[in-house]
Amino acid sequence: MSAARLALAPAFADKARMAADPTHRAIEAVFRIERARLIGALARMTRDLDRAEELAQEALLIALTEWPKGGVPDNPGAWLTAAAKRRLIDGARHRSMRERKHAQIARELDAKYDMSAEALEAALDDPLGDELLGLIFAACHPVITSEARAALTLRLVGGLTVEEIARAFLSNEAAIAARITRAKKAIGKAGVAFEVPRGAELNARLPSVLEIVYLVFNEGYAATTGASLVRPPLCAEAQRLGRILAGLMPEQPEVLGLLALMEIQASRLAARSGPDGRFVPLTEQNRARWDQLLIRRGLNALDRAEALGGSDGPYALQAALAACHARARTAEATDWRRIAGLYDRLGQVMPSPVVELNRAVAHSMAFGPEAGLRLVDEIADAAMLRNYAPLPAARGDFLFRAGRHREARAAFEAAAALTGNERERDFLLGRAAACDG
Amino acid sequence: MRVMVFVKATDDSEQGLPPTEEMTEMFEAMGKFNEELVNAGVMVAGDGLKPSSFGKRIHFDGANRTVIDGPFAEARELVAGYWIWEVKDMDEAVAWAKRCPNPMRGPSDLEIRPFYEMEDFGDAVTPEIAAHEQGLRDRLAGE
Repeated sequence: MSAARLALAPAFADKARMAADPTHRAIEAVFRIERARLIGALARMTRDLDRAEELAQEALLIALTEWPKGGVPDNPGAWLTAAAKRRLIDGARHRSMRERKHAQIARELDAKYDMSAEALEAALDDPLGDELLGLIFAACHPVITSEARAALTLRLVGGLTVEEIARAFLSNEAAIAARITRAKKAIGKAGVAFEVPRGAELNARLPSVLEIVYLVFNEGYAATTGASLVRPPLCAEAQRLGRILAGLMPEQPEVLGLLALMEIQASRLAARSGPDGRFVPLTEQNRARWDQLLIRRGLNALDRAEALGGSDGPYALQAALAACHARARTAEATDWRRIAGLYDRLGQVMPSPVVELNRAVAHSMAFGPEAGLRLVDEIADAAMLRNYAPLPAARGDFLFRAGRHREARAAFEAAAALTGNERERDFLLGRAAACDG
Repeated sequence: MRVMVFVKATDDSEQGLPPTEEMTEMFEAMGKFNEELVNAGVMVAGDGLKPSSFGKRIHFDGANRTVIDGPFAEARELVAGYWIWEVKDMDEAVAWAKRCPNPMRGPSDLEIRPFYEMEDFGDAVTPEIAAHEQGLRDRLAGE
């Protein structure tokens, strides 16, 4: 499928007409619920994502003609999969017929794709969600770059249009479409099976899935570029993916850890930006605006992760950190010693200069600004942090609290010059100006 | 978007739980539906509520408050349970609600109500109003 055609794929039906017709809208809603699972099942058969998407669209078109007559079937997922399978088989028959005898081919194909009612029910009920999970694992396969994995996952699993993905990543449609096309090719070329990996392979490939879900979440939560501080639709999509994974893999502590982390962080979305759109740091947020429902969900997922023995997983540790803030009724009540201890552990399981920077912040809060300065100076030379605005921002904060205002001002100004987010720049320049007082 | 889905009460549900066998059957069907909701990442919360005979109403009239004990008449206006779902739009919420097994013995209703979100207030909320509102919330939170 060409890039242009891919971009047009969701326009299978005239959107304006569809929006006006309640029956079509209802059918489209049912289709959206089934779409990812359907594509997963079809990709497993065809090993071809483009073909799977096409067949899914064809099944929708059939539903749009059939369902208004007889109503939505009891098991719409099974119905759509059966319709798509028939199209697949008809297509295969058509191609083979030119060379061979009809009846024999039909028998072979029926044997290959068992079309009996019982087999369909058994295959399509998919209680383990294997088809959906298989699709998620394929879309997040390490053979493709993480940006492409994110775009492909949002397209195939989230059902976002190329236009929506482009808007979310502040990119253009052609670039996203090309990225998705390349990713599909890479998956086809690598012969990726649309199965859920088991055992050791599952452990090897799960991190890549979690990484993509969290990447999507962070792109929405900590928008690194552009005028808006947060892009909640991306957060919502990532949370949905996280909840799906937690539903389908309830025994995986890191899946629960990631879900806990996202739920707790998302609970602060409304409090993170002030009425004028300005960034509000955690300690200054109005905690009454934190979403207690999401906090409860997050704490519950964290408990489950820890009960499964996963308290030292990188995501579970980060969730435990987020939980420390969620549990504190006021900023002053924050248990910074516990947070500092959790960062010490996180630094061991997930060594990174960024973790060390956060560890420095936690130690400054628990043991005073000098403790923070000592730790931050140890990592100041890390190449990864050379152009990283949060480093001089944290340093500025430690210096300010230590009473070294002139140095603090220079640090805040350096941070402001490094950040790409306009809102954050305003915040940092505000802190620099406050050093004069 | 976040929606609340109300399971409206019936005369039956106001009588309390159905006989064991029927209840097991209903729990099984509802359990399967709930599992689907969870696996689709749609379910955020949900619970069943005891009949209104366990409930109380607080009636406001000017400065007066009167407490009224249940049960309350008009079962159709009462709520027997609820879910909170995270869905893309109302069409998706309706599609899910249609899949729900009938939660009651006889005819019954589900009612889907979207939560207010900040965007809903649109231009009505000027930065000044939002700041004022924020100030009020801050004071309420004791911060």
